[in-house]
Order: sequence, then structure tokens, then C-alpha cells
Amino acid sequence: MDLFAFIKPKNELEQQGEEPVTKKRTPYVPDEMWTKCPECGTLLLTTDIEENLQVCSKCNHHFRLSARKRIEIIADKDSFVEMDSEFMSTNIIDFPGYDDKLKKGREKSGENESVICGECLIRGIKTVIISMNAEFMMGSMGTVTGDKITRAFEYATEKGLPVVAFTVSGGARMQEGILSLMQMAKTSGAVKQHSDAGLLYITVLTDPTSGGVTASFAMEGDIILAEPKALIAFAGPRVIEQTIRQKLPRDFQTAEFLQDKGFVDKVVDRRYLKDTIGHLLKIHNYEEVEPDERV
Amino acid sequence: MSAYDKVLAARSTKKPTSMDYIHNLFGDTFIELHGDRNFADDKAMVGGVGMLNDIPVTVIGLEKGRNTFERMERNFGAAHPEGYRKALRLMKQAEKFHRPVLCFVDTSGAFCGIGAEERGQGHAIATNLMEMMALKTPVLSIFIGEGGSGGAIALAVADEVWMMENAVYSVISPEGCASILWKDSSKAAEAAECLKMTAKDLFELGVIERILREPEAGNQKMFESLKLLICRTFEKNLSIPGDELAQMRYKRFRKIGAQE
Repeated sequence: MDLFAFIKPKNELEQQGEEPVTKKRTPYVPDEMWTKCPECGTLLLTTDIEENLQVCSKCNHHFRLSARKRIEIIADKDSFVEMDSEFMSTNIIDFPGYDDKLKKGREKSGENESVICGECLIRGIKTVIISMNAEFMMGSMGTVTGDKITRAFEYATEKGLPVVAFTVSGGARMQEGILSLMQMAKTSGAVKQHSDAGLLYITVLTDPTSGGVTASFAMEGDIILAEPKALIAFAGPRVIEQTIRQKLPRDFQTAEFLQDKGFVDKVVDRRYLKDTIGHLLKIHNYEEVEPDERV
Repeated sequence: MSAYDKVLAARSTKKPTSMDYIHNLFGDTFIELHGDRNFADDKAMVGGVGMLNDIPVTVIGLEKGRNTFERMERNFGAAHPEGYRKALRLMKQAEKFHRPVLCFVDTSGAFCGIGAEERGQGHAIATNLMEMMALKTPVLSIFIGEGGSGGAIALAVADEVWMMENAVYSVISPEGCASILWKDSSKAAEAAECLKMTAKDLFELGVIERILREPEAGNQKMFESLKLLICRTFEKNLSIPGDELAQMRYKRFRKIGAQE
């Protein structure tokens, strides 16, 4: 039902069952102007949500962000330089239907892969940023995803830079078979070298982070942050329910649950995320780049 | 044999388990070491020390159990986080004494359950991957049956990975794959072909170094020749400085799926 039917008082003509005159003056309201919060059901102006970094102003529900948008809200303005954006997955083990899935993923996300890597400034501090994309095959990790992440860590190690990674993923990409599983070891190796060089790695787990990504670089941060209510799991809730044949408690595998169990350092509201990360970088003695050195 | 026949063979309860391998290779020299020093002793993960000819070795294996009672006790080879942490503890101990590490992999996967999630299954596996990659002592992993996803690779970040000819290693079970892709787990045989999970497939993909012949279950000669092969590999790798070995291990994985 049209929302305005409730608000708008009926005029005389309408009451007689004729076309309302006022309709002509009613501004056209396209559907995409409104977004319903899936948590509290409030109808929110899409532009308001945008301004609020995709967080519901009523209940604090964090909508999912695309990888680009994520970088936009974390990196200082115009400071992001992307790496390896041209890398594209191919159907390496001839898995049925994979070419089609890749095509759809590219169309839906407008990106070449499920992760964007690059260098940026965060509060003036040079940082390597890794941002995963749920719109590309649910952020699954294939060989190109793994390779881009590995290369980002190697670059950071070489340049002595900290890494901030935003994870969202369904896990390893089964369409690449065992080769995608190998990316768990590969990325972990790159994290280890970065860590052994004494460099800081912050992970921010966002909704949902699961499977092979949880069991590799997502859980290997020096500091592990998470967005409120994000689902963070090794095995997803459905798999567990099928295995143990029991209903799971409501807050099971949420960010808050993981913090409570000791696997997340801090649950941080998206609107304070940039401040928190910037502050952590400073505490670890990373210095701001001089303004004239900034590109 | 089709790919799915291999899967069924890998799951066969008649196959020798990790304990069978350990007893046949190490005999009386094996001493089992228990516990992760944090939470508990996971019986799905066995570990200990022993002599392989004249080389002291740390041996770790995912153990499914040999009869129904044992299989229940060992949770059918599906380890909890404390199992992976126990494995890592023993590996670190091996590194300290510069002993090579031998891992046997046989699991349908890391356990999926409330306790496993509460105690950080993902974190436990991730830590193993990271630490194994930098272990400054030789590591060799042998797949003797099922190699299920994250639960298997958490014992397989090694200098070399070998597989028995009827073992499998996959990112997801063929049943799981079929039910996600085609909403029909009965198409597992098709999925098994697609996933390229047999020893031969993995050798061709450059993921493993060696396929081991399996004459028949529990054949004594097989264990003898396996022992010789393992000793030779450890002797070779023990002569390489630890840092270099870790660097070679990283390169081994680094090249899988590398762009350019």
C-alpha cells in the first residue's frame, strides 16, 4: 500500500470517487528513495542512510557496504591508489557454471574480483588497505583474491606499512577447488612475514565473515575489530544446525558473542571506525605523511 | 575408479588410520603426548614423539578410530580447536629441538558445533597456518584418507605433501558442494569429478609432490618403503637451515594461483 494514502487527507472529489486533483501536485516518489531497515522495519530515506554511513539512525543496524564505499569512508579523501585491479579470475579447473558466476559477479559489483587492495592514507597515515566485496560471489576467496591479498601484504612488508583489512566472505571459492583452499595457507604466510617484520595488522570483521577467510587472514590480525551484530563464523549457523540438529541461540556467532568469548578485541560502530583505526595506527608509532608529500 | 569411488575408498573404515601408520612406522619408540595446555586433550588429534630409524620425529595425526567405540570417542576424526592447538604445541616443541614434524591427515573436516565455534575453530586453524608456514624445522604431511577442507590444511602447511593413491583432498565435501550448487546432495558423484580432489588431480595441479601406492590395507612392505622415503626426505631437509626451509615452504604455496 502506498504510504501516502495514510497521510494525505482526501479532498472532496476523491470522496466522491473521482480522480483527486491534488495527485498532480504530489511529487513522484521513486521506490529507491526509501529503504526499509531489515532490523527495526523503519522506513528510512536512502540519502539519510548514505549520510549516516549506511547505518540505521533508529536501531543502529549496519547495512552491508560495497568494497568501494568502505574505502571511501575509511581512506582520506582522494588518497586511495588501487593495486592489481586488472587481475581477473578464470575458470582454472573447468568447473561447470563458473564462467557464468564470474560474469554475474562482475556485473553485480562492477568490480573484477571479490577484493580491492591498495594504498591509502588514514588520518594522514600511509596504510595498505584490503577491502572485500560481498557483491562479488559473496566475497568468496579464489586464487586471484588470495593472490591480491598476498601481494598487498608483501608490498606492505617491503615498504614497512601497516595493513588494515575489511573482511566479508562466505569462505573459500569452491568453483576453484583445492586451489582456493591453498590461498588460506598462502595469505597466512604473507601475514606471518608482515608480522615478523614488526608491522601492524588490523582486521575489521564485517557481516558476514566465515569459512576459509575466518580460518585464515581474518583471524590473524594483531588487533581484531568487528562491526556490531556482524555474523562471524567458521562453520555457518545452518551447517551447525544440520550437524547437531539443534536450534542455535539468537546471538550465537555475532560480533558481540565473539568479543564475549575472547576472539574479537572490540566491537566498533561504523561511525567511529575511522577514528579508532587512526588512533590505533598512531599508538603503534606510525607517523602522518607531511602534507606536501601527499598526492 | 571414478572420483567418487576414491572418496568412498578414502572413507572406508577398513583403511589403516593414523594410529596404524604410527604403530607400523614407529613401533615401540612412540610415546603419545596429550593436551593443548589450555582446555583439553582432543582425541581426534593424536600426537607424540618417536624414532624413525635413527631420526627423532614429532608425529601428529588426525585419528578417526578403528571401531565404533573408538570412532565415537575420537569424534570420527573431526577435531575441535583444542586439537589444532595441541598439534601446534607439539610442532613448536619439535622446532625447539629441531626435530622434523610428520603429519597424517584423515578427516572429513574440522568439527562444526557450538563448542568448536565458542572456542574459536577459525582462529585455531588460522594460527596453525600462520605458524606452520614459519616453522624452522622440516614438515611433511601425508594424506592417508579424507582431506576435508580447513580441518585438513591446518596440518598440511608442509615442505612436501604426499597422498596415498586412494586419498582425497578438497575444499568442500562432494555432498556439500552438490547440495549448494544443485540443491541435491545425491549428485555428489558429479561434484566429486568437478572438484578435482583425487591424488592424481592434485598432483597435476601442482598441489602435492608425491602419490604413494597402496597395495592393500596394512601391507607391511608398504610401511617399510614409506619409512625409507620419509627418512630420506627428512635427512635431506634437516641439512637445510631452518630459515631457508621456511622460506622455501612459503614459496611452495606462494606460486599456487600466482598471477602474472
